[in-house]
Amino acid sequence: MIKFLFKGLLLDRHRSLFPILTITMGVALTVILHAWINGILGDMIDTNARFATGHVKITTRAYAENIDQMPNDLAMTGTDELISELEKDYPDWDWVQRIQFGGILDAPDESGETRSQGMAVGFAMDLFSDHSEEVERLNLSEAIIQGRTPNQSGEILISEDLAERLDVKPGDALTLLSSTMYGSMAFQNFTLAGTVRFGMAALDRGAMLIDIHDAQAALDMVDASGEILGFSPTRFYNNEEATQLTQSFNAKYAEDEDPFAPMMMRLRDQNDLASMLDYIRSMIALFISVFIMAMGMVLWNSGLIGGLRRYGEIGVRLAIGETKGHIYRSMILESVLIGMMGSILGTVAGLGLAWLLQTYGINIGNSVKDATMMMPNTFRAHITPPTYIIGFPPGIIATVIGTSLSGIGIYRRQTAQLFKELEA
Amino acid sequence: MFSKILFIGLFIYSAFAQYPSGEEILNSIDVNMSSRNRKVVSKMIIHGRRGSRTIESRSWVEGTDKSFTEYLAPAREKGTKMLKLDDRLWMYSPATDRTIQISGHMLRQSVMGSDLSYEDMMEDPKLINDYDAVVTGEKDVDGRPCWIVELTAKHADVAYHFRKIWVDKARNIPLKEDLIAKSGKLLKRMTLDNITFMNGRWYPKRFVFKDMLKSGEGTEFLVESIEFNVDIPEHLFTKAALR
Repeated sequence: MIKFLFKGLLLDRHRSLFPILTITMGVALTVILHAWINGILGDMIDTNARFATGHVKITTRAYAENIDQMPNDLAMTGTDELISELEKDYPDWDWVQRIQFGGILDAPDESGETRSQGMAVGFAMDLFSDHSEEVERLNLSEAIIQGRTPNQSGEILISEDLAERLDVKPGDALTLLSSTMYGSMAFQNFTLAGTVRFGMAALDRGAMLIDIHDAQAALDMVDASGEILGFSPTRFYNNEEATQLTQSFNAKYAEDEDPFAPMMMRLRDQNDLASMLDYIRSMIALFISVFIMAMGMVLWNSGLIGGLRRYGEIGVRLAIGETKGHIYRSMILESVLIGMMGSILGTVAGLGLAWLLQTYGINIGNSVKDATMMMPNTFRAHITPPTYIIGFPPGIIATVIGTSLSGIGIYRRQTAQLFKELEA
Repeated sequence: MFSKILFIGLFIYSAFAQYPSGEEILNSIDVNMSSRNRKVVSKMIIHGRRGSRTIESRSWVEGTDKSFTEYLAPAREKGTKMLKLDDRLWMYSPATDRTIQISGHMLRQSVMGSDLSYEDMMEDPKLINDYDAVVTGEKDVDGRPCWIVELTAKHADVAYHFRKIWVDKARNIPLKEDLIAKSGKLLKRMTLDNITFMNGRWYPKRFVFKDMLKSGEGTEFLVESIEFNVDIPEHLFTKAALR
């Protein structure tokens, strides 16, 4: 039966060409959109996790209330002990201390007075410990434009753009002017080890990176840090896993009313990521629903036109004794075959275009140059296993719905009138 | 009829005539609070969410243009020096042996995490130069009768566009001040107490500043010693004095 219908579709192109082309285009669009959204979401989650949020983050409650202001005066103390506890309680996770801080970087002239200076956002992480994965996590080696990564205390990395503004090069001296954890002025001299570009406007405008121990010394934060980030052993963010961990950790401090007690939050609870992730997911669902409805209507329409064209054929089939139900079912089966063919062609075409977007991406650097959210300048598609099959359900459902609606006309034909109709 | 109008007019005049003019009050405050220059040794107790800390400093201030401050304690701040000339500020830190110039907008930022700005700490403005004043009422503050005076800035480059001050009638010194932005938002509240008569003028030995825009319990500024109209060597107001 299937072979018979398939042969019919191939031989009678009027019956299959337009529906297959329609489905191909729709499925290709769905595949590209899925890969594109997947890529953007994945990049944003990954970038935010590595640079800012971790898969989970621990701060004090008071710090969390004003987290956008990097309030190191509300930072955690006794962090070495807390890290030890975390490593004992959740040994599979990687726990790292981070300090974010603002400050002025000042480049001196020959007499030690200000030659140039600029505002910078500081990131401090463990750059030197043997077990630390921070250099790899932040891709520092890849991001280096001039010089090298710091290999000893007192060295600093700054963004290439900031280095250009300050007119400094590797080996030059820089002085950090910031605030200590207690609000006093913090001065610290550094040597510029290198410059970096991460391809993220929020960092490339004016980031400085130093070792966590240098930051703790400069900001009077010995055995203290603003944030502790946790990274899943799978290296990927899993919301359920993060939720369980967060609930388990926060339950230990539920009775503690101290505003400086630690609290854990998930990645999606930070940087407005929850609303953005939910918005993007709902947009995907909306797009696929609209696609099914629109394609269904187009195919319903084409089915009606096809039905008119096949009016005689169906009449003859009814006249020779084929039941209405059998004809209807054979047309539905035909539509499934058309849907399959369109979905296969659309998926192949969509994957091809998605691969181009995955390889080359689209640079939106100019549009996000003032962005404060961690996001890459180049957005790329990301093809994942679901991308290979995402086009099939809407492709097949749309053709089946279209044919089901247009095929209802078969039941309206009166067998007694058939020969009159055929004569006419 | 004429006598009635005259009576009402005289009544209204006499009611307002009980209040001194705003200008008169500002002049009398400036006589107490302001001077050609001053040398102050002070303690600043900053009450933050994590506890209190004390910073000691010695300052030389000449009007609103020249100021030099050297921090004396705690050990981490000791030796840090600040020089302000007009709207330029330089800082010297002995730990880095660097002199860093800070742009003018920093002058309205907090000093050492306190509730005082650099301008609050390093300037000695005459109110009469910067504000128009109107006496709007009278009220007791800490049991002392005070004039309520509302000040409006004469020009745009003052930190607080409006001020509402409660001025001790007998000693011509503010006991309380609300420092208000042009938008009407209350920025800081200051109380002044431990008023002492010294060198022929009344002067508060304790100021309590509360920045209303930040958490914390405020900052006490305690005057340990103060000298008015002293001879300040000119080289003190140069960058060479920082090192």
